Amino acid sequence: MSAPVHPLRDRRPAAPQPRTPAPIRSMLDTIRPRPWLRKLLLAGPAGLWLLLFQGVPLALILVTSFGARTGSGAVAYGFSFANYFRFADPLYLGILVDSFAMALGVTIITLVVGYPLAYFIAAQPPERRTRWLFLVIVPFWTSMLIRTYGWIFLLRGNGLINTLLMRLGVTEGPLNLLYNNGAAVLGLVYMLLPFMVLPVYTSVEKLDTNLIRAAYDLGARPAGTFRKIILPLTMPGVAAGSVLVMVPAMGLFYVADLLGGAKTVLIGNLIQDQFTQANDWPFGSAASVILSALTLVLIFLYVRSGGKEEELL
Amino acid sequence: MNLSRTGRSLLSAYAILAYAFLYLPIVILIVFSFNTSRLNVTWQGFTFDWYARLLENTKVMDAVRNSLLVAAVSTPASTLLGALAAFAVHRLRFPGRRLLEGGMYIPIVLPEIIMGISLLGLFTAAGVKLGLGTIVIAHITFSAPFVFVVVRARLHDLSQTLERAAMDLGADEWLTFWWVTFPLVSPGILAGALLAFTLSLDDMIITFFTAGPGATTLPLQIYGMVRYGVTPEINALSTGFLAVTLVMIVTAEWLRRRSS
Amino acid sequence: MSRRVAAAILAVLLMTLAAGCAKSGKTLHLYSWAEYFPDEVLGEFEKEFGARVTYDTYPSNEDMAAKLRAGGGQYDVAVPSTYAVHSLAADGLLQPLDAAKLTNLKNIAPEFLNQAHDRGNKYSVPYMWGTLGIAYNSKYVKTAPEQWSDLLNPEYKDRIVAVDDGRDIIGLGLQAVGHSRNTTDPAKVQAAQEWLKQLMPNVKAWDSDNPKAMLISGEAWIGLVWNGDAALAMKENPDIRYALPKNRGSLWLDSLVIPKGAHNAQLAHDFINFMLRPEIAAKVGVAYPYGMANAEGVKLLPADVKSNPASYPPQEWVARAELAGDLGEAATLFDKAFTELKAGQ
Repeated sequence: MSAPVHPLRDRRPAAPQPRTPAPIRSMLDTIRPRPWLRKLLLAGPAGLWLLLFQGVPLALILVTSFGARTGSGAVAYGFSFANYFRFADPLYLGILVDSFAMALGVTIITLVVGYPLAYFIAAQPPERRTRWLFLVIVPFWTSMLIRTYGWIFLLRGNGLINTLLMRLGVTEGPLNLLYNNGAAVLGLVYMLLPFMVLPVYTSVEKLDTNLIRAAYDLGARPAGTFRKIILPLTMPGVAAGSVLVMVPAMGLFYVADLLGGAKTVLIGNLIQDQFTQANDWPFGSAASVILSALTLVLIFLYVRSGGKEEELL
Repeated sequence: MNLSRTGRSLLSAYAILAYAFLYLPIVILIVFSFNTSRLNVTWQGFTFDWYARLLENTKVMDAVRNSLLVAAVSTPASTLLGALAAFAVHRLRFPGRRLLEGGMYIPIVLPEIIMGISLLGLFTAAGVKLGLGTIVIAHITFSAPFVFVVVRARLHDLSQTLERAAMDLGADEWLTFWWVTFPLVSPGILAGALLAFTLSLDDMIITFFTAGPGATTLPLQIYGMVRYGVTPEINALSTGFLAVTLVMIVTAEWLRRRSS
Repeated sequence: MSRRVAAAILAVLLMTLAAGCAKSGKTLHLYSWAEYFPDEVLGEFEKEFGARVTYDTYPSNEDMAAKLRAGGGQYDVAVPSTYAVHSLAADGLLQPLDAAKLTNLKNIAPEFLNQAHDRGNKYSVPYMWGTLGIAYNSKYVKTAPEQWSDLLNPEYKDRIVAVDDGRDIIGLGLQAVGHSRNTTDPAKVQAAQEWLKQLMPNVKAWDSDNPKAMLISGEAWIGLVWNGDAALAMKENPDIRYALPKNRGSLWLDSLVIPKGAHNAQLAHDFINFMLRPEIAAKVGVAYPYGMANAEGVKLLPADVKSNPASYPPQEWVARAELAGDLGEAATLFDKAFTELKAGQ
């Protein structure tokens, strides 16, 4: 019942050394002198996959965006920037800005709510961490629709929360908790919380506690330690979480509509409409290209501003 | 992690609140699975009927099986693709590095409907028959970037001194990877895999466009039911699924404790 | 997670996969709304024709049309609405029907045949129809609404749930100011928009998928909904009634079509002809609250189904009402008008 022997840590000379299996050893021998092969094996699969399964779709989208819709709703291919110019309408630009603003709000709230939770999980003893992590994500293996119905039941005029508040005498009449922007934001925060907690956790988990201890020894207080040491060191996780929350927040219009009453038109609704109600695929494609390009630019600015160039092999 | 006693209890109290927030709609969902009304709107009475009906509902059970199958195949594949790409982009210099990095973000920023339609366009143009296979391809395509982003975040600032030390001590690349690198990166890989699995289980729009006849997944089935009313069979299904998952987690823990 | 547990899960998955493997033989790929074809009826078809039916669902007409447009045409039978039939046919995405094979076509009520969206029924066979009307909770709404303009009553502020459909809402506005819902004249659409601006403060939420939930729970007092939702709401909450506007109203009609890429057109024709039988239509009419377009089938329906105004409105009203036509390019105009209305809210 002795603990498993770690070959590189324990100093028991009698412990058997692990051997690399023969086939892997010969593979390594072939790869080692050929750095280009190593790069190909690591970058190749994803690169090839993207090329195959995103290359043609992207081309289709771009080509469609330069076309126009026919009377019946099919695409007449051509080459014109008309759809892009059409997007420069205050109506559409306003929708884009509103969507970004809402997504930003959702991201900030998710960060504030999710960061302490990630910290809590990382602060657990190592054996327990996975369990708490799973507990965060398991609710999201149920249908998003049913979870949203659950929130509707909680928030509506005669729903659970209002009924409780009125029974306890806290409020007189029902509060307007549903079918407004607040409910939509709440729903989005709820649905996207794991996408913040998990990435932030991976950064917090690798914090070297010695650094924190050193800070305390040198006289720093918790707030300063957090600001100057913990937060900067966990920035990669925060950045990752922010991207994985902000972008989907602009696309989860279904949840926003169910809880917000579909009274606001977000960029996700607009694009969806072009492919369904309006049958204007070229305009929808152009709008998607504009949205994607803007989002990519923002992501790169954000990510670049945080990181330093790593040492490259 | 260097918290004072009050710090620890505050954090724990917060965690309880946060988990309560996460599980609040789940509790509602579970309670409504025993509701006599066929709509998820008002409570009318207690019954186990829906659980019985669920087991006989072949359409839903087929959809569940398909969803699990697709997730079981697409999650390891997208985790592998995303993790490899994260290592490549983070540590190697090669022509097209920036392009790969940017390319990995594209499935995240593209709206789902256009992703679904353009993938369908690709399959049609290539003459590929729609079915579960095309769904898996689509899922891998949009999940791998999420893994990529998370693993990259983990790799960031991960100093390579330990790995260099291992190699200096005579370990080859395989041993170094397996005993040093992988344990250091594994929380990132686990987190990425969990996200990929979650995305696959609940995807609706992209799956809608890339599914073939007879290849329904659970979200498609559920969203199709909305117009007439999503019956509590789905609540029963979700409750059952949660129960099974929790049992599996507990069993895994118990097994691990036994072996140590 | 331990390897043994993972292996066990994999084994279970593989076993269920093996158990669910398809039987060989003829299959009919049916693509429709959910709850549109009773299992019993499909079972009868399977037995009589020795085939298997797969029943895939879509959440909306538009999603289905988008999928067919983008190339997902492996389905044998689909069920689009009037305007979708027209635009899909115009783009060559539907197969012309072989009238010789559809011997039961004569059972369809003549008022649904030969409509503007499909002259001569070259591509479609009417299946189910219904109305867009006003569902209201009689507990809160004391006088039954009689026309679209009654909805502007300030008493109903924040109390209306309406379908989230630009085509239907702008169409409603057009009818309210006295035009046809299928007008494509931008000036008339503008007038409709102006009228609709007065309706906006009364709308609590837009919901095409599940407006009945808000009606049943009492969250909304009035629903601008399709009759199916009204009928289902009435079943759950006896206070709810359904009224049709005295001005021109709106009808919807779903028809059976065969997409171009159908892999078994013969079986598809057999299926459509089978669904046209009066006794089959009657079974469908009893199962669901929508109107059957099959006149012979309607004759076989029990009295309580035939007299339900949410399923079968009075004949004079139907004669006045309009079907949703294909707007063509004006679909963009309607969509923009609806977007502007919402953005101005």
